Amino acid sequence: MTETTTESVGLNEMYALDVNGETCQVRDAWVGESLLYVLRERLGMMGSKGACEQGECGSCSVMVAGELVCSCLVMAASAIDQPIVTIEGIAPLGAPSDVQRAFVDAGAVQCGFCTPGLIMATHNLLDRSAEPSEFEIREALSGNVCRCTGYGRIIEAVQRVAVARRSGVDAGSAG
Amino acid sequence: MSVVSGVRRHKPSGRLGDSITRPDGTAKAQGSFAFSGDLSAEHCLWGATLRSPHPSARIVSIDVSGAWKVSGVEAIITAADVPGRLHYGLISQDQPVFASEVVRYVGEPIAAIAADHPETCRRALAAIVVTYEVLVPLTDPERALDGSHPPIHPDGNLIRHQRIVSGDVDAIGDVVVEGTYVIGMQDQAFLGLEAALAMPGPGGNGVDLYVATQWLHEDQKQIAACLGLAPEQVRLTLGGVGGAFGAREDISLQVHTCLLALRTGRPVRIQYSREESFLGHVHRHPATIWMRHHATADGHIVKIEARMVFDGGAYASTSSAVLINGVTHTQGPYKCANAIVDGYAVRTNNLPCGAMRGFGVVQACFAHEGQMDRLAAACGIDPVEIRLRNAMVTGDKLITGQVIENVAPVARCIRETAALPLPDEPVGGHDGDPMRLPGGAGRTADRQHIRRGIGFAVSIKNLMYSEGFDDYSTARCRLSDGVATLKFATAEVGQGFITIAGQIARSVLGVDDVLLDPIDTAVGSAGSTSASRQTWMSGGAVNAACTKVRGLMFEHVATTHGVDVAALSIEGGDIVDSTGAFRLAVAEATTGVAFDETVEYRHAPTEDLDENGQGNCHTAFAFVAHRAVVDVDPELGLVKVIQIATAQDVGRALNPLSVIGQIEGGIAQGLGLAVMEEIVMTNGRVRNPSFTDYLLPTFLDMPDVVASLIEEPDPIAPLGAKGVGEPPTVSSTPAIVAAIRDAIGKPIDRVPVRPIDIIG
Repeated sequence: MTETTTESVGLNEMYALDVNGETCQVRDAWVGESLLYVLRERLGMMGSKGACEQGECGSCSVMVAGELVCSCLVMAASAIDQPIVTIEGIAPLGAPSDVQRAFVDAGAVQCGFCTPGLIMATHNLLDRSAEPSEFEIREALSGNVCRCTGYGRIIEAVQRVAVARRSGVDAGSAG
Repeated sequence: MSVVSGVRRHKPSGRLGDSITRPDGTAKAQGSFAFSGDLSAEHCLWGATLRSPHPSARIVSIDVSGAWKVSGVEAIITAADVPGRLHYGLISQDQPVFASEVVRYVGEPIAAIAADHPETCRRALAAIVVTYEVLVPLTDPERALDGSHPPIHPDGNLIRHQRIVSGDVDAIGDVVVEGTYVIGMQDQAFLGLEAALAMPGPGGNGVDLYVATQWLHEDQKQIAACLGLAPEQVRLTLGGVGGAFGAREDISLQVHTCLLALRTGRPVRIQYSREESFLGHVHRHPATIWMRHHATADGHIVKIEARMVFDGGAYASTSSAVLINGVTHTQGPYKCANAIVDGYAVRTNNLPCGAMRGFGVVQACFAHEGQMDRLAAACGIDPVEIRLRNAMVTGDKLITGQVIENVAPVARCIRETAALPLPDEPVGGHDGDPMRLPGGAGRTADRQHIRRGIGFAVSIKNLMYSEGFDDYSTARCRLSDGVATLKFATAEVGQGFITIAGQIARSVLGVDDVLLDPIDTAVGSAGSTSASRQTWMSGGAVNAACTKVRGLMFEHVATTHGVDVAALSIEGGDIVDSTGAFRLAVAEATTGVAFDETVEYRHAPTEDLDENGQGNCHTAFAFVAHRAVVDVDPELGLVKVIQIATAQDVGRALNPLSVIGQIEGGIAQGLGLAVMEEIVMTNGRVRNPSFTDYLLPTFLDMPDVVASLIEEPDPIAPLGAKGVGEPPTVSSTPAIVAAIRDAIGKPIDRVPVRPIDIIG
């Protein structure tokens, strides 16, 4: 076993993060905290989920400076001065985005733990590629693990949004 | 009698049979749904658990003094701090809350702490000094059986033996085939890690626990016993559950979290890490199954001999029930008069095993379906045809003597599966994209070496609890002002019971609006969300409560409007009578009045098995067939599953979209067991407790699923609907392995199939 230690965790970091367009002050933090931890535990944004802590499952996906990242792998203090978008910044409560509505309508949500991360990844995909093939969808979302659905209804949801956006129809009612 | 004016004449949406969406769907998609790990409170502490690094050792001493020196630590507890029963367990209470004298598996809890920050917890745990006398672990299930290793637990190394003797055990077939099948240890790998928040009760009255679980009342009973409290002093509320699949049926962090909250007088939350989750819950039993099938020359089964050994790991959990499911499903969905089966569940120093989707039947099915293919080959009969020749029907007898009373469309499942379209994707994929080859992103496979295979498998799965268990569910329905409010303790784990519950209430009562009360222990038990039982059991309870309330409403309307109560029924959102002259909106009929009924629903009682394995031990059965198409690179041992086709006996699809979700999701877990997922253990140590090393199917691993729902409403089921959760997981695995065998022309008798199994 390791030697005993009397050193306490230094909870004395102060910095600000730019989250969903707002400046959020982080106080009394330990420098070793991940962005996921700070978002959830210090800023109260519980929408990003942690399921593997090593960037394998995508449940904690957020955008940092325009890049889709696993927030469990990003040190929070390294994200200072970069715009961060989380699931809470996708759409206001009660007014879900077309992707969020399509996930619900297509049956892509079961336990829902992977869903916020998949919503982030899907918005990112459809912003980059308006007409993804089924295989492009599979490849783009392969960093997001879902244990409940077997992925079929998620692919259906993504395709519905892509079709609806191209035709100018509201994807939430496309199903 | 009068016709009441102003009534609404519309059909309420969201009735039984409609594919309505989840009531919690939008909150989940927006990230605002509260999972158990999202719950916190003012002045909340973090809890953490110290675990054994050894699979077998004697604890010489535990010195926690170093941990107290870490600033921010508020409590440290060990076995000496458990005020009530020192052990817990679902069937037998053989598992310590904290190990005190010996540890029996890697990951066994020894102490728990509460502190101000997760990092403080980590440092404090590292400062606890445990001195061990390390022992040689018992890791070979056969050695647990043969008596060559001393007992590793006072209850002994044999958890249960069950024999089944049926018919003429001396019967001999024209054709005899045998094989030994090995099933690896699978993890449920739900995404929402174990998490709970415990709060000391107001005024010192016990504790409130918010937890992701499958069975609130069973947790309550076990926790209260360990805390030395009355059950009503331990109040449980379901925290949002991020998947379950069997792994939340046993106690994990519940007692520890409550103990820390009571010790500190503050709220305490514990959340496992992924590595801890692999160690901290039970898994699917690894099993070794030998089977010998005797058949006539034309492929009819004459007799089955089998021996099954299930490795239960260090503690009993549900091993005895898993074993019974295994041995009683030996024959699969096929007629068989004669059998002799011996099944053993044993104790080892491996990780404890218990419930996982399929619960013992997954293991039996992998063996009996391997046997059916061997039999087909030996008889020179097509694999589909030999299954049709043996397919059981309603009225057939199992080897336990139990008669199948359910709808049993086995032949129809087989025929409809076989008739589903094969994939149009050519071998090696369309368009020459190397990503479509086995190995995918590795881009290692050579297209010209790829071989395609097709495999078939069929299964029978028992539904609900067995062996005389008093299996019931409770539901309360209140109806007032046109709004129905439902209360039940049924754990919603993602499967969608809350959707179905609303559909039942709307259909029975003719209302639009259904409110769901919090899921907690303030109402009677719903039993476990397991064994594919909640649509049947809690659906049955909600249906019965709503039906009783409807009766009260009809009596009220008959009295107040002078109509014949026996002539009343619900049509759309209205109460009508059989003459057609009376019509009254439910909303109007219930204005200013309230009806309130609570009902316990029970299925027909079951029996224990006798010493020869005879008895009506199961409640009901569902059936399914799977066909798999795979591409295999036999040189590299890589597999890509191209398509799964399935026809499933669902009774009646109460929500077809939900049913499809269960089918696709269950198949994904079956695919995982077939070709990807295994907890690898060496000398009792887990080698791959992470999502980097324990491989789960991703979007790129999961193929298209073509599904056909066989809807033959079961008269025994309260709503005609059979449970649909487990069957997709049971026979998808052997179908995929059969397809791999077909592609490479070699026997493969273990899952998951590894590259070495294909090459070697």
